[in-house]
Amino acid sequence: MAHAYTPGLRVAEYTIVRKQRRLPLPGDVSVSVDDRVKADDVVARTELPGNVESVNVANRLGVPPEDVPQAMLKQEGDPVEKGEVIAQSKSFFGLFTSKCVATVKGSIENISSVTGQVLLREPPMPVEVKAYVDGIVTDVLPGEGVIVETPATFIQGIFGIGGEINGELMVICNNPQEILDADKLSDEHKDKIVVGGSLVTAGAIKKAVGIGIRGIIAGGLNDKDLKEFLGYDLGVAITGNEDKGITLIVTEGFGEIGMAGRTFELFKKCEGMVASINGATQIRAGVIRPEVVITRIESDEKAELPDTETMGNMAIGSPVRAIRQPYFGKIGTVSNLPPELQNVESETLVRVLEIEFEEGIKAIVPRANVELIEH
Amino acid sequence: MATEAKELNTEELKSILATDCGSTTTKAILIVKQDQEYRLKVRGEAPTTVEAPAEDVTKGVLNAVGEVEDLTQSKFLENDLILKPKQNGDGTDIYMSTSSAGGGLQMMVAGVVKSMTAESAQRAALGAGAIVMDILASNDGRLPHQQIERIRHLRPDMILLSGGIDGGTTTHVAELAEIIAAADPKPRLGSGYKLPVIYAGNKDAVDMVRDILGDKVELFIVDNLRPVLERENLGPAREKIHELFMEHVMQQAPGYGKLMDWADVPIMPTPGAVGLIIQTIADQYDIDVVGVDIGGATTDVFSVFSKTFNRTVSANLGMSYSVSNVMAEASLENVMRWVPFEMEELDLRNRIKNKMIRPTTIPQLMDELVIEQAIAREALRLAFVQHKAMAVGLKGVQKERTISDTFEQTGSGETLVNLMSLKLLVGSGGVLSHAPRRNQAAMMLIDSFLPEGFTHLAVDSIFMMPQLGVLSTVHPQAATQVFERDCLIHLGTCIAPVGPAKPGKTILTLDIDLPTGTEHMEMQMGEIKLVPLGVGEEATIRARPARGLDLGAGKGQEITEVVDGGVVGIIIDTRGRNPFVLPTETKDRVSKLTEWLTALDAYPASAFEHTGN
Repeated sequence: MAHAYTPGLRVAEYTIVRKQRRLPLPGDVSVSVDDRVKADDVVARTELPGNVESVNVANRLGVPPEDVPQAMLKQEGDPVEKGEVIAQSKSFFGLFTSKCVATVKGSIENISSVTGQVLLREPPMPVEVKAYVDGIVTDVLPGEGVIVETPATFIQGIFGIGGEINGELMVICNNPQEILDADKLSDEHKDKIVVGGSLVTAGAIKKAVGIGIRGIIAGGLNDKDLKEFLGYDLGVAITGNEDKGITLIVTEGFGEIGMAGRTFELFKKCEGMVASINGATQIRAGVIRPEVVITRIESDEKAELPDTETMGNMAIGSPVRAIRQPYFGKIGTVSNLPPELQNVESETLVRVLEIEFEEGIKAIVPRANVELIEH
Repeated sequence: MATEAKELNTEELKSILATDCGSTTTKAILIVKQDQEYRLKVRGEAPTTVEAPAEDVTKGVLNAVGEVEDLTQSKFLENDLILKPKQNGDGTDIYMSTSSAGGGLQMMVAGVVKSMTAESAQRAALGAGAIVMDILASNDGRLPHQQIERIRHLRPDMILLSGGIDGGTTTHVAELAEIIAAADPKPRLGSGYKLPVIYAGNKDAVDMVRDILGDKVELFIVDNLRPVLERENLGPAREKIHELFMEHVMQQAPGYGKLMDWADVPIMPTPGAVGLIIQTIADQYDIDVVGVDIGGATTDVFSVFSKTFNRTVSANLGMSYSVSNVMAEASLENVMRWVPFEMEELDLRNRIKNKMIRPTTIPQLMDELVIEQAIAREALRLAFVQHKAMAVGLKGVQKERTISDTFEQTGSGETLVNLMSLKLLVGSGGVLSHAPRRNQAAMMLIDSFLPEGFTHLAVDSIFMMPQLGVLSTVHPQAATQVFERDCLIHLGTCIAPVGPAKPGKTILTLDIDLPTGTEHMEMQMGEIKLVPLGVGEEATIRARPARGLDLGAGKGQEITEVVDGGVVGIIIDTRGRNPFVLPTETKDRVSKLTEWLTALDAYPASAFEHTGN
């Protein structure tokens, strides 16, 4: 059987989602195994070391570096207030006193007799990690964090901006081809995550931020509008830290592209439920895709973990989506996997597959230009 | 684990399997010994698998080798391992690999003076195959807390600290060490191990650096990379970087520990391997060479001018992951100036971003191919600009290195790059090697690099320079044979006079002695023409540039050269050098591009009939 590897996005109606919630530095975990948590519950906390400020004490006092330790009134580890005198020296037979003050509040980190500089460390900054999804703590990583597990609907997007938020889902387009424009938004959508159809417009994004909508999910977005919204041209797809007041997730790509029917139906099914979404995207090594997690503990069905063994194997009969012109966004199944290279319109010689689209038409497409529709 | 080459009897090697794990694709080549010579047999390719769900680079290797199996109908894998040695038609005698996946080796360097020890540190890192994320110097204009924040934010794989000639300053070196200590940097990949920091500075500061950094990082001491101002000693630092790359970075990236176990030869960073092959060509033919490798995430430029090797990595210029950055840095207008039809900005922006988020796709439609090749021109052009700025002689001192006096004085420094003395330009990377017509590759190289005088052009036929580079470390003969016979595709020779002239004016007359007879040509300013001359064929050219224009013998001076042909032929380019001029008005520009691309038979006629789908 002909196999070929083609990575795809996951759209699963009912699966087990496991999220690792980790601190950036060692700290304290505040929950235990089997605890039930809500998305906004803090599960771990730590402190980030404060910023470091350098004070050139030797220069300020007019003494050589090797004399600085003697001139210090505070030692390494001592706390200091902003403006507090930390060093002084006397000159001209003790008649004149030069003083050096701390430029920030913090503590003395290091006194160097080589450079004559003193490093001040500002107070630590607290960092908290939340659960992000409603679920159960299944593992505790001591000093680092936890793993939270939940049966959920899980939908991956192709691109996003903004970080983790959660809110009630509202589908505000009637079908996957409809455009999500500003007219469709109103104050009733405040604090919600709204789901559109084929395209979210620049006007809609701006209005959404004004209303206080937490997130927008749509099939497509024009890059021109993204640039206007961000205020710069995104050069490399590493996102998630934008502080723009909203999280955006696009499921199909750039341009006006109808959301995949199955994805749209799933959102409709989950309307009114709380979704945890994250727009963070990273296309280089360690790929991260934006995601939507909708906890589904009401179902009697047994949810399964994704089958990573068979994921990514494309064979005849596999459902696929075309991800480049001229068939961008169209869905079909693999009807043939010829091993020999073939010429396409661009005169490129490539390995191809034959795809049969939903309407019954067949086409030849480079294998690299489809993605598996994962379940 | 292959940290040194395993005991090999290279005479016995009948079959060689080599892979390159790029940021987008993993390529496998099979070389076999036939009738006493080594030849490429087949090539397989698969997407690189450092991402979920696989998160194991060896899966992409197995997939690529699986394609080799499909194409040869022989077995190379058993139980998901590479089958060794070759027996009864199956298996291979040796397996080796290069890699730039996982973003390659990402380093920060630090030195006391930005244009001296810091710059030398940068050259050491680049020569070792690294991407240099930032250069810290005592005089780089940033405050200490800014430098500390930068180190924390970037999370390099390792840091190279230099500074002070032997016997010189220790104070500034200590300052830099204190900043690194205060940043308390954590490595990018993996946890539970300390960040490697290499100290290659003033030997009098070694103890001090140990006191400051010893507990916080894994510190390695090597010889000063700039022991005196007049001399660089980059070798020890480069070797240590490569050794640490293998032991630390590679081991932490998903699946690399396994890949290192499979390989019989230490894995090289892809750029290191390509650099080796470029130097081999320059040595073998005793010429100045430029090589370029344009990948999905980065574009590497290598050059040998007057026997000095230099390498730069343009870390965010590439054709997939970084394709949007090319547009951001070059500007949309600069990309569109190469496209011989009109297109809405909205449409073009979306297409480029879609390529960025789905980097493994390829152009199926002709207009998509044209747009990709326009972007490639800008990526190559920008990468070369950066290379010219980096490939410089040592500032402000008489050089004791083997550099001759032929370097160009520019406003920004003494670049070693001299396009008139450049004799060979080699391109590598998917967009060049896989261009459906070789004429397209030739045009991309010429439009981006604007070679002057007489320059031979070639491409890596199916992107195997990295594999041949690593092969050359154990079997130089096999590497050279495959390189000459199967790797390099000779495109031909570009002839371009330098100097300003009015459009339409006759600026070059040539008599070309071809195998078929002598041809007389007159070229006007603003033209490009193709003269067929095949692979292995030669032609003698007597060329007379007009007054004020230079073809290598001086302004207005006649020159006679023997040139080699190739699959494209001789390309006579009188569109302009210093300056090269493209019309700015869209209709004129499209008309000129169409004329030039048609003259070079770069695209079929349908390429100029964009339908906007």
